[in-house]
Amino acid sequence: MHVTQLILNGLMSGTILAVPAIGLTAIFAVLRFTNFALASHMTIGAFAGFLANVWLAWPVVPSLLAAFVVAGLVGVLSDEFILKPFRAAGFITTAIGSIALTIALENCVRLLFGNELRGYDLPIRRDWVVGGLRVSPQQLENLAIALIAMALLFAFLFFTRTGRAMRAFADNPMLASIKGINADMVARLVSFVAMGLAGLGGMLIGLDTTIDPLVGFKSILSIFAAAVVGGLGSLPGALVGALLVGVGEELSLLILSPAYRSAVGFLAILVVLTLRPRGILGARAY
Amino acid sequence: MEHYLVAIAVTAGVYALMALAMNVIWGMAGLINLGLVGFFAVGAYVSGLITLKLGAPIAVGVAAGTLLAAVVGVLVALITVHLRGDYLAIVTLGFAESLRIVMSNELWIANGTDGLSGIPGPFRAELGPHLFNLLYLGIVVAAVVILFFLVDRLVNSPFGRVLRAIRDDEEIARFAGKNVVLFKVKAFAFGTAALGLAGALYGHFTSYIAPDLFAPLLTLYVKLSLLTGGLGNSMGAVLGAVLVVFFLESTRFLAPLIPGLSAVQAAAVRELAISVALLLILRFYAKGLLPERIEPPALSASGAAPAASRI
Repeated sequence: MHVTQLILNGLMSGTILAVPAIGLTAIFAVLRFTNFALASHMTIGAFAGFLANVWLAWPVVPSLLAAFVVAGLVGVLSDEFILKPFRAAGFITTAIGSIALTIALENCVRLLFGNELRGYDLPIRRDWVVGGLRVSPQQLENLAIALIAMALLFAFLFFTRTGRAMRAFADNPMLASIKGINADMVARLVSFVAMGLAGLGGMLIGLDTTIDPLVGFKSILSIFAAAVVGGLGSLPGALVGALLVGVGEELSLLILSPAYRSAVGFLAILVVLTLRPRGILGARAY
Repeated sequence: MEHYLVAIAVTAGVYALMALAMNVIWGMAGLINLGLVGFFAVGAYVSGLITLKLGAPIAVGVAAGTLLAAVVGVLVALITVHLRGDYLAIVTLGFAESLRIVMSNELWIANGTDGLSGIPGPFRAELGPHLFNLLYLGIVVAAVVILFFLVDRLVNSPFGRVLRAIRDDEEIARFAGKNVVLFKVKAFAFGTAALGLAGALYGHFTSYIAPDLFAPLLTLYVKLSLLTGGLGNSMGAVLGAVLVVFFLESTRFLAPLIPGLSAVQAAAVRELAISVALLLILRFYAKGLLPERIEPPALSASGAAPAASRI
């Protein structure tokens, strides 16, 4: 296989991986915990998009919006009623609670949809070949959507009052609440946006392949790898980490079977934690 | 029926071993291990492979499985021991998943997803299935009793006190001159060794292991056992394991009774019931049936009474 093609594929899959990875790292930055329930929210988003796209026959872009909104709403509710009380009890309780939550939500999806693989209703288009490199129009469309979603997020965080309040809260919760920023509102907002991104990412991954209730869990290692490599809590870090992990996973195809893609992510976690625990752009890891 | 009950009792014993192991890692040392199923798998695979392929005696296999699980545990702990607990959570989960991927794909190690069958059990052919199950129940109960007393000794030893001090406030333990890193790694090694032992014993009982058995759900079962019984209490760990296995087995019969559910949906309902039970216990009943006994500090009767009693 051509190395340039692999790098191109890696950059494209990495950009899509960055969407849920940014969600994960945003929750870590603001709420100070790793939310393993991200996996089931990706699945929920993927299936919400499936309902919109296949049952209601919506085009892809509005379906992606549905994936974002539904996963975001489930994220707000599950954080408010399930995870929030755990946070006071310490991180082990929160971590175990979020694992239990992700398995519970995943099984709700399984109860409704079963285990079979499903695909979205997509127009069949021929791949484009430019200078020996092959890309499908769907991949490019996904790439554009992922980039637009991230650009909107960064614009929201840097140019709106609410976005600035969220960054202030992530930076120093105490000082932010003295300035009158409502901690509960920030928590709800970050849960909505982060889990919405997870849902969007889940559907973007599904658009490339197929979906089943495990679609989130299967990519969770790559997403954690992206967030850890970039530095947990750093949003630009999650993007850089995701691109590196994406390219790394594709290049691993030169020497390993495709089944090992997510194990590559784990390897990346081990290497980064050994050499530079705070990741590429993270502040600190202890 | 009796056959089935004995098999369930053996499973409960294996869960009790894992719950005791987690009681050291989580209950005493306050370390998280979301990939305990990975260490269980290391024990099961190592013991299964060297008894099957090298023809080693079962006892040697079990010892090797236990030891190797501990070695892997030390490696995992060393990488993350200086970092926030979240990283240990990620690495342990990643370890268990990666191990499952490797075992599913490397056919030459243990037949991939087909699994390893024909793992020898002690005197399986000589005794026949019925007596073999009873003998094995004896072996597992003996292992639980031994581990129970080991953990109990550990709880009341200076080592156990330091672990609890680290769990409650790492800075103060460090300030008191304790080598926090060393204690954490030792606790993790002890716990993962016991997880490996549980895995090895499990494999020789069922004679069949496959990557699918080592899914993250098993990790939840053990956490549920420990929380039900009472975190930090050995008696509670054993009691919790028995209750959880009973609960799991009864959902096996109850879920198909719900009308109009396919097999996949029934399985989903079971997993849903288990994860919701864990969430509820974690939320409302985190102390468990038998809470950790903490001896009151030795104060004289006239000494400082707790503020709450002086209203």
